[in-house]
Amino acid sequence: MVIVNIIVTVLLAAGIFFFLVGSIGLLRFPDFYTRLHATGKCDTLGGGLVILGAIIYHFFQYPETLLVPAKLAFLVFFIFIANPTATHAIMKAAYKTGVKPWRLGEERR
Amino acid sequence: MAVFWILLSGIFDAFHVISGLVCCSIVSVISHDLLVKGKSERKLAKLLRLLMYLPWELWQIVLANIDVAYRVLHPKMPIDPLVIEFETTLRGEFSLLTLANSITLTPGTITILVDPERGKFWVHAIAKEPADALLVDQTMQRKVAHVFMETAVETRTLYPERTGDL
Amino acid sequence: MISIFWVTGILITVVIGLSLYRAVVGPGVYNRTAAVNVIGTKTIALLVIMGYYFERPYFFDIALLYAMINFISTLVFAKYLERGELWS
Repeated sequence: MVIVNIIVTVLLAAGIFFFLVGSIGLLRFPDFYTRLHATGKCDTLGGGLVILGAIIYHFFQYPETLLVPAKLAFLVFFIFIANPTATHAIMKAAYKTGVKPWRLGEERR
Repeated sequence: MAVFWILLSGIFDAFHVISGLVCCSIVSVISHDLLVKGKSERKLAKLLRLLMYLPWELWQIVLANIDVAYRVLHPKMPIDPLVIEFETTLRGEFSLLTLANSITLTPGTITILVDPERGKFWVHAIAKEPADALLVDQTMQRKVAHVFMETAVETRTLYPERTGDL
Repeated sequence: MISIFWVTGILITVVIGLSLYRAVVGPGVYNRTAAVNVIGTKTIALLVIMGYYFERPYFFDIALLYAMINFISTLVFAKYLERGELWS
């Protein structure tokens, strides 16, 4: 039981670390396109890791209901497909409307 | 769709499962030509190759996030963004979708625009090394072309006996 | 073990507060849309964790539903910003 607690804690900590890195990138980067780089990649993996930790916890704590891990596995699959698609859609809208990318040496926008 | 409905309700009666299957098959027969475009033979082999491609992609996702974490937490923030544009020879709708998703999930690049008639991609890269990995190495295009059995970016064909399928 | 879920919930809430700054400041509408998408994704993870903390299984259905609502609303908003109208 202690091993499962340690594994779940490590997974949750890694997930929160990637969430934090994504948000710090959202604050720190100088341009809209680079901010989408930070959030689109880190949000996906961070959310996947947090929910994966919850699935492993559920397997060992409540072993009789298997419906809930199936729902959460579908949620992880959906996040891995939906988040990059939403990132691409909003980046396409910004590019077509004329938001200019940032080159090295300019000021922050 | 039927699987999703079963997941939500949690009722495993024979009546519900059979009615869900009937509805799912009717919907898929009606919208078949809407979903699958292009050539759709040898679907089982393509599905198996897709399942073998997924672990490499998961490893690339982890590498991508470590790369972004390095660039965010570094005190000098080494980024140098540029927009690149390249052509591939992939033409099927599902293969272009897989390549666009993979480019968004690999270190340092996000797709901006896809032109499905000529296979052109506009990609925003965050530094010079990920852009080079996409333009010069071209490992990802080769892997996706191997999954969907189309030719990759080089002018010589990789599978000479399949050129009749294009 | 339950206390670890409580600490996780508090930390995710702090991270949501961090990205709220970009939703308020953030010159233009695109930065704010990206920040709202980020807040939606973190809310899904927060709902799952709170489902385990309060020991109620209904939170997972709400999390699944909100994931779809967030995805569809971001797509519709991006399509409207690109074209100027939804149906042409």
